[in-house]
Amino acid sequence: MSVFLTLAFSGVALGSIYFLAASGLSLIYGLMDILNFAHGLFMTIGAYVAWDVATHLPASWGAPVLFIIAMVASVLGGSLAAGLTEVFIIRPLYGRPISQILVTIGLDLAVVGLLLGGFGSNSLSIPVPLWLIEASHLGHVSLPNSDFVALIAGLVVLVVLEWFLRRSRYGIIIRAGVENRDMVSALGINVGRAFTLVFVIGGAMAGLAGLLYAVVFSGDLIAPTQGDSLLIFAFIVVVIGGLGSIRGSAVAALIVGLVQDYTNYYLGSHSGMAEIGNLSVVLLLAIVLEWRPRGLFQGTL
Amino acid sequence: MSVSRRGVVVAVAAFLIFLLVPFIGVHVPWILPSTVNIINSTGTLEVLALCFIFAGVALGYDVIFGFTGLLSLGPVMYFATGVYVFDITLTHWNWPLVPALLCTFGISLVLAIVFGAIALRVSGIAFTMVTLAFAQAFYYLIEDNPHGLTGGDTGLALVSSRLPGFMSGAVSNTRNLYWIAFGFLVVSYAIVWMVTESATGHVFVAIRENERRLEVLGIRPFGFKLGAYVLSSLVASGGGVAYILLIGTAVPSAVASTTVTLSILIMVVLGGAGTRWGAVTGAMIYVYLEQYLLKVSAEPSFANLPSFLRVPLSQPQFLLGAIFVLFVLFVPGGIAGMVGRFRVRREGRNRG
Amino acid sequence: MTSAIKVSNLHVTIEGSHVLQGVSLDVPNGGVTALLGRNGVGKTTTLKALLGLVPSTGDVAIMGRDVRGWPTHRIVNLGVGYVPEDRDVFAGLTVEENLRLAERSAAPRYDDVFSLFPELRERARQRAGTLSGGQQQMVSIARAMLNGWPLLLIDEPSKGLAPRLVSELAEVLERVAQLATVLLVEQNLAVVKRLAQRVVVLDHGEVVHEGDPSELDDPLVARRFLGVAGAS
Repeated sequence: MSVFLTLAFSGVALGSIYFLAASGLSLIYGLMDILNFAHGLFMTIGAYVAWDVATHLPASWGAPVLFIIAMVASVLGGSLAAGLTEVFIIRPLYGRPISQILVTIGLDLAVVGLLLGGFGSNSLSIPVPLWLIEASHLGHVSLPNSDFVALIAGLVVLVVLEWFLRRSRYGIIIRAGVENRDMVSALGINVGRAFTLVFVIGGAMAGLAGLLYAVVFSGDLIAPTQGDSLLIFAFIVVVIGGLGSIRGSAVAALIVGLVQDYTNYYLGSHSGMAEIGNLSVVLLLAIVLEWRPRGLFQGTL
Repeated sequence: MSVSRRGVVVAVAAFLIFLLVPFIGVHVPWILPSTVNIINSTGTLEVLALCFIFAGVALGYDVIFGFTGLLSLGPVMYFATGVYVFDITLTHWNWPLVPALLCTFGISLVLAIVFGAIALRVSGIAFTMVTLAFAQAFYYLIEDNPHGLTGGDTGLALVSSRLPGFMSGAVSNTRNLYWIAFGFLVVSYAIVWMVTESATGHVFVAIRENERRLEVLGIRPFGFKLGAYVLSSLVASGGGVAYILLIGTAVPSAVASTTVTLSILIMVVLGGAGTRWGAVTGAMIYVYLEQYLLKVSAEPSFANLPSFLRVPLSQPQFLLGAIFVLFVLFVPGGIAGMVGRFRVRREGRNRG
Repeated sequence: MTSAIKVSNLHVTIEGSHVLQGVSLDVPNGGVTALLGRNGVGKTTTLKALLGLVPSTGDVAIMGRDVRGWPTHRIVNLGVGYVPEDRDVFAGLTVEENLRLAERSAAPRYDDVFSLFPELRERARQRAGTLSGGQQQMVSIARAMLNGWPLLLIDEPSKGLAPRLVSELAEVLERVAQLATVLLVEQNLAVVKRLAQRVVVLDHGEVVHEGDPSELDDPLVARRFLGVAGAS
């Protein structure tokens, strides 16, 4: 039973990270029809910026302070990378969605290549406070502290994002744009600004996801291709949840995280297949599509 | 599309030149991808053979992406099927060549029909994501080394006594493998040419241009989309077979990862999606450049370059990705589009 | 005095078909000009081209400004309200949010809107997607007139409305037209005759007739240009 609960907890933590990655993808797709392959890159950049900042500041500031600064840095790094991408690479290609997808693929390859050239394919280690590596005990159940961080980050982002989309003027513009972009501009609103904004928001969440994934699931290690492997799961979450739906992404991220975690543990040990968790996620995708080709929640942001 | 006389002349000339390359022992400095500066050296022949293989695969992919307009991100799955099924039947099960080939294409056909039918239940971006997810699952499966079949990350070398002597991976056979790869490209080209010029091929293009209009005409696009998907998958498997014969080892990261799919996509877009010679040219240039850059970055003088030059130049992935971004931004239609615009301009000038 | 809209030689090609083939059109300031024609002759496309929602070639001047190549939002901010075909309210947004989105001036005229459509005040918190067709049309018109803009493009407002609602709508549009110049696309000839001072007829992507609405009483004219029996 305690194993079951520990797994549930880490599945939810994994789901939180998937949500951070997928909700931005989903927003970008919903508003702009772009399948953003550079999203994995934004995660990777977030993690590298965090590493760079955390390793260059004086260690005397203490690990907790450095880690909080690193989190802020990952958010800023991801959003800056995404904003620049939208303005300089995506914007010249408005009205050509396939070219926009292609250009994000090229950008991802190029910059990941550059990171590989600069840092090598070896992993770098992010300094984290000791507390983050330890686990808390609730009765017999042992819960890693890093899972709490992921969970809280996911929840905070979900609440803030919901508030922003429901209450703020730009949130309303984005929700309206997801429904009918042309009509938004026909009301005199410059939709281009909303495009840049969703990229910046998506990039911020992706950057944080990149850092948290390294800290929670990768032993504090970051590598240039880490974002790209996370991206595939983010894509799956987006399709299962319904393209363009934030709540759909949240629910699907939890489902995918839990399925992956449980199958990895329970089936992985029996079948001896290390990748069973990943495979079952793809199987889940196939089942959902057979049952609901447009995902669980398409059409409701 | 009409076949111009000049086009035929260029095609025949290219065919003859590439056919005869193994006999051309000319010394050429600098531009060859091998450290030996002779055209028919083993290294150069191997790189050219690799160019042919990916040119064929890119051509097959152009059928689904360029002609039919479906952005599939799954071609690597069928390339890997070609590589691994052929490798496994020969190496593990010691089958003779012909049954191994039949098994490879049979499995590839079944996979393409099943996964194609599932993926085509959704359209647009969802289709793209689903094909990507399936290909990724396939990659995990290969990495998992089920029953010790694939060798997992360490890879699976092709070792078979049943393979005809002239095909086995000995260095002295490089010339034969070159011709096998070239033969694969020629056969793929012939098949793709026949299909895309036929009535079926015109339906493919009509699906790309306006699927709804076809439905209004009473044509159900599903069967045609699946047909295009299966054709491009089978060509990719053929490329996989030629690849494992040439390279001799199957490693998941080189033959089954999404990076391979993205490379194929880039080749087609660089050359010009929806044109046959464009896809072939794009792939030839891409693979050649990649191998050439690898050679250059391994040269001793390279290490003396300042790091701001050395780091980016040592990464073919960076250079090719950057070239691709520039092409998408500034050269719509790729190389074929560029040549087309050049021709139109020249003809305009001749007339005026 | 300049025209509200002046279009010459407007061409639009959509997915290979040449929808507008040199439309030239002049909408004077004030009153209602009706744009008529059979289904599919390019009336909706003309409005979209004016707003830059579809790519076009030719000259378009709106309120004396040459707007060729302008993005849609810039054209709209010259003071153009748009009521699209099928209303296009944002179904997932509430009525209030739909209206809030349309605010482009410091003092949006909610009083005007609510005196015309008191029902919208009561339904402010309701999702627009759950409204009836007539109520959605109210939201759509309210959005267009919220800023008190001088020019309104209204596309088939009576489409899909029950006959009783059509006459209510005509009444509303009559009041709207007192505040702004209106270019109206409409199939219902009774509505056209009640509202319009001028009619322009499109056929095969070109303007084939311009004149007075009373000419529509002639069944021959009506049949020739509109493919309908004269309304009477």
